[in-house]
Amino acid sequence: MRAGETNNSGVLDELPGDLMMWVLIVSELLVFGAGLAAFLGVRVVDPDGFAAARNYLHPALAGLNTIVLITSGYFAARALDLSKGQRQSSVRWNLLWAGLLGAVFLAIKIYEYADVAGQGISTETHPFFTFYYLLTGFHALHVLAGMVILALVSWKRTSRNVEVGTAFWHMVDLVWVLLFPVIYLLA
Amino acid sequence: MKYQSQKVALAYFAVALGLFAIQVLGGLLAGWVYVQPNFLSEVLPFNIIRMLHTNSLIVWLLLGFFGAAYFLIPEETERELHSPRLAYLQLAILVIGTLGAVVTYVFNPFEGNFLLGKEGREFIEQPKWVKVGIVVAALMFLYNVTMTVLKGKKTAITNILLLGLWGLALLFLFSFYNPSNLALDKQYWWYIVHLWVEGVWELIMASILAYLMLKLTGVDREVVEKWLYVIVAAALFSGILGTGHHYYWIGTPGYWQWIGSIFSSLEVIPFFAMMAFAFVMVWKGRRDHPNKAALLWSLGCATLAFFGAGVWGFLHTLHGVNYYTHGTQITAAHGHLAFFGAYVSLNLAIITYAMPILRGRDPYNQVLNMASFWLMAGGMTFMTFVLTFAGTIQTHLQRVNGDYFMDVQDQIALFYWMRFGAGAVFVIGALLFIYAIAVPKHEVIEPGEADHVPAE
Repeated sequence: MRAGETNNSGVLDELPGDLMMWVLIVSELLVFGAGLAAFLGVRVVDPDGFAAARNYLHPALAGLNTIVLITSGYFAARALDLSKGQRQSSVRWNLLWAGLLGAVFLAIKIYEYADVAGQGISTETHPFFTFYYLLTGFHALHVLAGMVILALVSWKRTSRNVEVGTAFWHMVDLVWVLLFPVIYLLA
Repeated sequence: MKYQSQKVALAYFAVALGLFAIQVLGGLLAGWVYVQPNFLSEVLPFNIIRMLHTNSLIVWLLLGFFGAAYFLIPEETERELHSPRLAYLQLAILVIGTLGAVVTYVFNPFEGNFLLGKEGREFIEQPKWVKVGIVVAALMFLYNVTMTVLKGKKTAITNILLLGLWGLALLFLFSFYNPSNLALDKQYWWYIVHLWVEGVWELIMASILAYLMLKLTGVDREVVEKWLYVIVAAALFSGILGTGHHYYWIGTPGYWQWIGSIFSSLEVIPFFAMMAFAFVMVWKGRRDHPNKAALLWSLGCATLAFFGAGVWGFLHTLHGVNYYTHGTQITAAHGHLAFFGAYVSLNLAIITYAMPILRGRDPYNQVLNMASFWLMAGGMTFMTFVLTFAGTIQTHLQRVNGDYFMDVQDQIALFYWMRFGAGAVFVIGALLFIYAIAVPKHEVIEPGEADHVPAE
């Protein structure tokens, strides 16, 4: 193997967790980034319509959900820290708390969707709501997927697995922190 | 040739190249009808010519994939094929089915018959009995290669190849489901058409390309496999929901416009990655493989696929653009370069690599083969540009100005003449390729003087 080759794979090998998880994370960020960019692009055409549509949402609920998800991220980070030490049993507890808070997030989300849909609002009502349902719905599916991943890594618990699983969870966290202000707060 | 059963591939490649000749001659005929619209209009209508052109393309590409699998799986698994006899039987079924389809298309003897008549849906016009034959052949194939892999060594290349081939066969089952609701019909139809070429076929392409790179450049398997996994992940991530770019105007809900636009834009990434992969492997590789033509085809494949499938696909994939360009010559430009770059070139690459080995001799007719590459690549690139210009003008006249379709066709006739010329060059290239493969002569290229000068 030549020197250049060693260096190249060296950089990739230094990534925490698994290369494939980082490929997934970058792909997800591209998708949500493109979705938000499209949202902002369409918003330029119709700022008043977007502002009016936003009034049908509940920023307070979404704010609460932000706190829930960030707290969950804290537990995930603790789990990773602990997984590198001796206290293996508390790793599982922290992963469990992270996952449970994910479930709380989804419960609040479902309540929110029921409320918005109850007002007769569908994906076709206004472009704002097309993006609202698509972006938050796609994110919610990732919360669900993240909970499955956290359950899997707490079952097959190695320091490396915990690193891979929590990396995904933090990505889900990060995406929400970007979605929340743009969709719920931008007036 | 290390394993006797690899010989099966020879028969597959031979039939594939025969159909390739029919396909491009059919294409040339269709190109002539574009400039002389009444040519053969009674005997062989344009829609039938087009059917022969597209169907024979798909069938010979499939035969090429099957041949490639039969060639590389024994080598990767380090054992003989489970059953060469089954492989020949499978080929016989496919040949009979193909002949049956051709006769049905050209003479239409069983119009409207449930089992024997042609079915009408674009690209899956085959009569039902042919479809059943295809499924039976696919099952025989999957049984054969899966048994071989299960009993032998498992590599990333064979795993990805099998995943792609299984997906290919399972998705074809949607051709039996034909809902009377036209929107639903189209929705499921794309499960075959899109999820083949922008889904599972990409897995087949990536794994065959990885095999070629492994053999031609001598780069470590570990490095090749890392690239392969990343490419496959990117292909499936973007390609599956990328199906949405066909759901803009068929009656499906409006949110597909954004899902399709966003995910299909990302479909450029796996094709870029395949191109980067091929070139990086060649730069890093130390092996000076004598089959230069196979290397040229491999690099050409990755490059032309990136432009044809990636760039030309992106050109009209955003729904705001597609609203105007849908179904114009822009689509034809993309379709031609994408199929040629990705799947035709891939097949010609593996055939160029495998043929000398299958026939037990050194690489032969290298210069002829490489000349055929430049004729085909040049012809197809020119055709792509011509059709892109034609499509741009067509879009403006027809979709922006609102002129009538046939009036616009008259105004872009010059481009159709140039397309016919480009097609003629391509056909010469294709026939030259077949000659170079079929009639071996000694012609190994000696490395030039400069290659022996030690690096500083």
